[in-house]
Amino acid sequence: MSYSEKLLDHYENPRNVGSLDAKDDSVGTGLVGAPACGDVMKLQIKVSADGVIEDAKFKTFGCGSAIASSSLVTEWVKGRTVEEALAIKNTDVAHELNLPPVKIHCSVLAEDAIKAAISDYQKKRGLTPTVKADTVRGDRQQLIAQGAVKAGI
Amino acid sequence: MKIPIYMDYHATTPVDPRVLEAMLPYFRSEFGNAASKSHVFGWHAEEAVEAGREQVAKLIGASSKEIVWTSGATESDNLAIKGAAHFYKDKGKHLVTARNEHKAVLDSMHALEREGFEVTFLDVERDGRVDPARVKAALRPDTILVSLMHANNEVGVLNPVEEIGAITRQAGVLFHCDAVQSIGKVPFDVERANADLVSISAHKMYGPKGVGALYVRRKPRVRLVAIIDGGGHERGHRSGTLNVPGIVGMGKACELARLEMAEEAERVTRLREKLRLGLEKNLDLLTVNGSLEHRLPGNLNVSFAYVEGEALMMAIKDVAVSSGSACTSASLEPSYVLKAMGVTDDLAHSSIRFGLGRFTTEEEVDYTVDLVTRKVTKLREMSPLYEMVKSGVDIHQIEWANPH
Repeated sequence: MSYSEKLLDHYENPRNVGSLDAKDDSVGTGLVGAPACGDVMKLQIKVSADGVIEDAKFKTFGCGSAIASSSLVTEWVKGRTVEEALAIKNTDVAHELNLPPVKIHCSVLAEDAIKAAISDYQKKRGLTPTVKADTVRGDRQQLIAQGAVKAGI
Repeated sequence: MKIPIYMDYHATTPVDPRVLEAMLPYFRSEFGNAASKSHVFGWHAEEAVEAGREQVAKLIGASSKEIVWTSGATESDNLAIKGAAHFYKDKGKHLVTARNEHKAVLDSMHALEREGFEVTFLDVERDGRVDPARVKAALRPDTILVSLMHANNEVGVLNPVEEIGAITRQAGVLFHCDAVQSIGKVPFDVERANADLVSISAHKMYGPKGVGALYVRRKPRVRLVAIIDGGGHERGHRSGTLNVPGIVGMGKACELARLEMAEEAERVTRLREKLRLGLEKNLDLLTVNGSLEHRLPGNLNVSFAYVEGEALMMAIKDVAVSSGSACTSASLEPSYVLKAMGVTDDLAHSSIRFGLGRFTTEEEVDYTVDLVTRKVTKLREMSPLYEMVKSGVDIHQIEWANPH
């Protein structure tokens, strides 16, 4: 499969790999995907008091496109407000990295990861999630959130 | 050492220079059609074809009269399975195979199912082998053919063909064996295996692409309905002008394999073990898929848990390997061979197949061990699953959603 230079760059030099303290109230954690499907993304954001995402970290189990997609969105969300970050669409990611058709699901996963991280942050702060659970692709979010809570993340 | 390194010998092999040398005259001065009976060009071509037939037969303990030339193993599998089913359809409508067979076998079986034949797809054991007891239990009074491979193309695991052949012979059922991966690598004898039909390919054993053979037993005689009709070549089994240079190459490849197999198997096994032990020493949470004991010398199929196979292949792009990960194919399903063995989906996504062979060097193995170790370590550092497992989380307890 031939990949774009941008994709290869993000894959070979991934940005913002790592973890933030999930227990911190200003940190939101999104964990999406499933091992059985070959991709799991963990995206964490740290939000300042005025609602700006000041840091983002990711860890991804998945193919090159999944790693590159998550690396890209950590760059994109940094410096944006929560609302602005929610405007990032999977098609933007797919376009930027020139993902081949069979890899579009990687960009979908990256968008989901942003939504999940923001939703987690908002819940922690007692805010009403901007994106309701049922708009985030069925019950996935909730299921994963439960699992993650059960798993102590 | 030359980069990239080739470690995908199950996909194909380079032509041995001695094979190429033997083939060359048959493109130029000896270009005759083996079916031309009226002049010396044809006679020379026919002599070469018959010499090749002898060389192939000798490698598998057969008579040269039992070798039918084909375009390759996919055709051989099709001819064996469909040809036998169509000839013996009045005797019965039932065939037996296994879930981990090559697509050429499975898809031929599916085609027969659409014609009204019934097929039993056997489960395989955890170690990748078919239990002969399952074969015996699957036989019915109307079973006409059992098709089981000798060595699997993904995990290199060897089926107990001699035990299977004893069962089919006693039951009076034909035994077709796809021995594409094993012939020339480990001993295979049609008499010991009681095989009635055997598929062979040249390009898996340092011969050229586009030529293969089907062994068709003469005593007791096995009959087939041809798939390709035409001039009645190959005693009506397979019409079409013979690929003389290819046949010469396949014959030479078989001869070399027969003479050098023992030594080569030992050397390749030693390299494979060096690779395995090197990786096992450097990395944790690594699983070898399939039996190590009953295995081709050059195969190592390993799952590197919590690292996705395609991502790893991209990271080690200096080494040509293949993966059972779904991401290497258009489908979202990981390897059906690994799944048939009970390997979980996450570990199937994490699998890499290393295929070593005649031209693999110790230096290449050392380079590969070092590269894979570094890249797996790097990818695990960015794997959320590895992080969770290392902090004591049981990821199988998590209720993962299914996104596809």
